[in-house]
Amino acid sequence: MIAIIDYGVGNLFSLSSSFKSIGADTVVTGDPEVIRKAEKLILPGVGAFRDAAEKLRATGLDKVILEETAKGKPLLGICLGMQMLFEKSYEYGEYEGLGLIPGSVVPMKRVVPDDLKVPHIGWNGLIFPKNKEKSKIFKYLNEGDHMYFVHSYYATDCKDFVSSETEYGAILTASAEKGNVYGVQFHPEKSGEKGLSILKAFCEI
Amino acid sequence: MITKRIIPCLDVKDGRVVKGVNFLGLADVSSPVKLAEFYSRNGADELVFYDITASSDGRRLFTEILTEVASKIFIPLTVGGGINTLEDFDRVLKCGADKVSVNSGAIKNPSLIGEAAKKYGDQCVVLSADIKRVDGKFTLFAKGGRENTGIDAIEWIKRGAENGAGEIVVNSIDTDGVKNGFDLPMLEAVCSVVKVPVIASGGAGNIDHFKTLFHTLPAVDAGLAASIFHFGEVGIKDLKDELYKDGINVRR
Repeated sequence: MIAIIDYGVGNLFSLSSSFKSIGADTVVTGDPEVIRKAEKLILPGVGAFRDAAEKLRATGLDKVILEETAKGKPLLGICLGMQMLFEKSYEYGEYEGLGLIPGSVVPMKRVVPDDLKVPHIGWNGLIFPKNKEKSKIFKYLNEGDHMYFVHSYYATDCKDFVSSETEYGAILTASAEKGNVYGVQFHPEKSGEKGLSILKAFCEI
Repeated sequence: MITKRIIPCLDVKDGRVVKGVNFLGLADVSSPVKLAEFYSRNGADELVFYDITASSDGRRLFTEILTEVASKIFIPLTVGGGINTLEDFDRVLKCGADKVSVNSGAIKNPSLIGEAAKKYGDQCVVLSADIKRVDGKFTLFAKGGRENTGIDAIEWIKRGAENGAGEIVVNSIDTDGVKNGFDLPMLEAVCSVVKVPVIASGGAGNIDHFKTLFHTLPAVDAGLAASIFHFGEVGIKDLKDELYKDGINVRR
């Protein structure tokens, strides 16, 4: 059983449908007991970092996530859920994340040239880091495969943990991982067959 | 770099796709779910669903269908038609839409764009504009292109983007259905006033029209069409292969 963590941020319909389509057994839940019993965890999220981080703390689920991942339980953070895995975010202030992966989340306007539109919305290709083994969650992918992105902030200062990047006038972190904790900036549940293959690979870890 | 997008548009009335579709191998050619699955498998980057029913029964049926589509199609979905209030945004987003397209609803109530952008984020709000030249000026039309509002369309779009529309669909009434190519002068005028993504609609008749669009106006992000895809005159896979060969960055 995979628990899709529901802490009141965003619509989880597409995400749970996408797991259903690959035959995975999931439950959308905010219940700590269900989350503790699950084999794997998904941390979704859309919207603003502060709001999401506060909701995660208010529900006490931040502690549950930290305890369960410390035991080695695989976790996949998606979009804002990925950004929450880092130590800090500088979205409209400075806020603490879960600190599961070293690094911070900063506005992409710092590096993306002025003539490019922010948010970065659309299909963009993945670049895998050189001299690094391909991430387990990308085992069905090839370099250059396109994923669907929607974001204005990106993770930085996490070089050792980057598992893929994408180019948008600058090189942006597309995914990162540390041990059993994985994060993808893009939306695998909106990235067609290739996107679903990432969820499948995560299920198979 | 981000790819140019190819977007088929499905007009849905009373639970069926209208404008007729003519695909070999599709048993139920007017089923929105079957057609959406077909496009999704064959390289569409996004799907647009327009609800063109007027009755409340039709609307209920549309949301049921949308839910079914969203549970089976794993690419972005944009929904338009009958979007007049924040409740309408809520209704279609809950069914699994990723973006909501407003047209006449924003003309009736211009503050809708700003309110929706605040609540759901800019990326969720698409401003769709039906535009026609009147005395040589780009003029905004309402009610599916039937009513001249007298509003300067370029000014309207500029204001819409400032108020939070995250994407603009430019539908040229002058080129719509003519199949002689996209309305490049109109699109250029729109691109010169907004920084958000611009989607070209109206006039595509063949693959070359898409090539010309993306080569002439690199600021345009996507091409939208309905009947040429529905009737199989242009296959999305073929289109993308040709665009790729021509040096245009597409997802394949």
